[in-house]
Amino acid sequence: MSTKVYAGTEVPVNDEGFFVEPGQWSEDMAPEIAREAGVGDLTDRHWQVIRFMRAEFAEKGTGPTVRALGKTSGVSVKELYQLFPKGPAKLAARIAGIPKPRGCI
Amino acid sequence: MTKRIVILGGGTGGTLAANRLRRALDAECEITVVDRDDDHVYQPGLLFVPFGLAHADDLVRSRRRQLHDGITYRGSGVDRVDVEADRVHLADGGTLGYDVLIIATGARLVPEETDGLTGPGWMSKVFSFYDLEGATALARALEEFDGGRLVVNVVDLPIKCPVAPLEFCFLADWYFQERGIRDRVSLTYVTPLDGAFTKPVASRALAGMLQDKGIELVTEFNTGEVDGGAGKLISYDEREVEFDLAVVVPVHGGAECVERSWGLGDALGFVPADEHTLRSKVRENIFVIGDAAAIPTSKAGSVTHFEGEVLTRNVARFLAGEELDASFDGHTNCFIESGFGKALLIDFNYDTEPLPGHYPSAVGLPLLAESRLNHLGKLMFSWLYWHSLLPGRDLPGVSAAMPVAGKRFEAR
Repeated sequence: MSTKVYAGTEVPVNDEGFFVEPGQWSEDMAPEIAREAGVGDLTDRHWQVIRFMRAEFAEKGTGPTVRALGKTSGVSVKELYQLFPKGPAKLAARIAGIPKPRGCI
Repeated sequence: MTKRIVILGGGTGGTLAANRLRRALDAECEITVVDRDDDHVYQPGLLFVPFGLAHADDLVRSRRRQLHDGITYRGSGVDRVDVEADRVHLADGGTLGYDVLIIATGARLVPEETDGLTGPGWMSKVFSFYDLEGATALARALEEFDGGRLVVNVVDLPIKCPVAPLEFCFLADWYFQERGIRDRVSLTYVTPLDGAFTKPVASRALAGMLQDKGIELVTEFNTGEVDGGAGKLISYDEREVEFDLAVVVPVHGGAECVERSWGLGDALGFVPADEHTLRSKVRENIFVIGDAAAIPTSKAGSVTHFEGEVLTRNVARFLAGEELDASFDGHTNCFIESGFGKALLIDFNYDTEPLPGHYPSAVGLPLLAESRLNHLGKLMFSWLYWHSLLPGRDLPGVSAAMPVAGKRFEAR
């Protein structure tokens, strides 16, 4: 466990950079996390996904998988990979300050 | 007063739940099982069909005949469930009211969801072995295959029996050696995971076996398109894997009747439920068993079997107005066929990953290691499935809760 400073606030994060306490996240932290994660500047499409992740997490306690995101967020899986290259569910979760989506078994 | 229990699905979960409930409850309870066809497929057998080790006809029996006396079988598709009215609308126009509903509708293959998968080359150089038709067609294709690149690909999780694609690789290695052409075949396993398997200790062991058998492992590959014409898999991040023959495990979703039922399923059509009591999150009189459930277990027959005990107890307790038993621990037990008459066994639950040792105690089948005994166990399981598991009997020496004795925890 370590800490990071985003938007002037120190927050604890886990080894992979995911927020330990999602309640400490605020929208002004997202651009900094995104830059650090190699995503670059956040567009409206990025924000659509980030806000959707937050809402899903608030409702269900876990972030959606890429496939579920593609079906429900209004952004196709193809575009998700363009917005958040390599691992959309993981990257978007990290930028949205929620835990890494639970993997399937 | 008569209580009506309706079970949607006459597969592994629906059948064993019906038979266990029939024994546990008095005759006043009516139990009805609904399924759209009468073909109960022994799914663990599908893996062996492509290699000529099992025949499709031998894997299918009547659903109806696996049900005990005193259980009504209704042969109809299901249109939808009206959770507000406690009523099932059937495809044949009928309706069934219920006091308790059990969803046992399993998982459905959705190859159409992947671009190109069912396009050119589908069922001629691109196959799935997850249903009878695909497994049978693949058997013919393998027979004619005399060299080239064979690729085994899992598109996305969750899938039924997540070890089956690995078993397919191991058996393919054995099969081509038997035919004396292994040196003319390249085998590649392509997975979206970051390793051979989900759980660290087992993942390392299985990756080692792939390497020993000369099977290439490609990880973190999220298949966006299958181009059967050109013979390549293309990932969303634009990597490519070329093939002459592809065995693709398509993405899975829940049953269509779940998707048509307002409030019942999640985005993929699986039914969210409490992982310890198996009660659905949508209504307190709806329970879920087996692959249909959105809980963090493998989608596997062993899980369904172990769930049976808790599910039966909880349906009875719910009907009696008692508190539910929250004891399902996520117990999973899988034989992993590794070729040459050997197999591994893994045993795990929500909290304990697959570890080496022995099952069910220090004296027993070797865990996470190849042995002939495990292979015999896997073969014997077919008999146990029809004669013990479906009738809802406990298997000798096999408890619903995961045994701790015999496991080597220091291996973590």
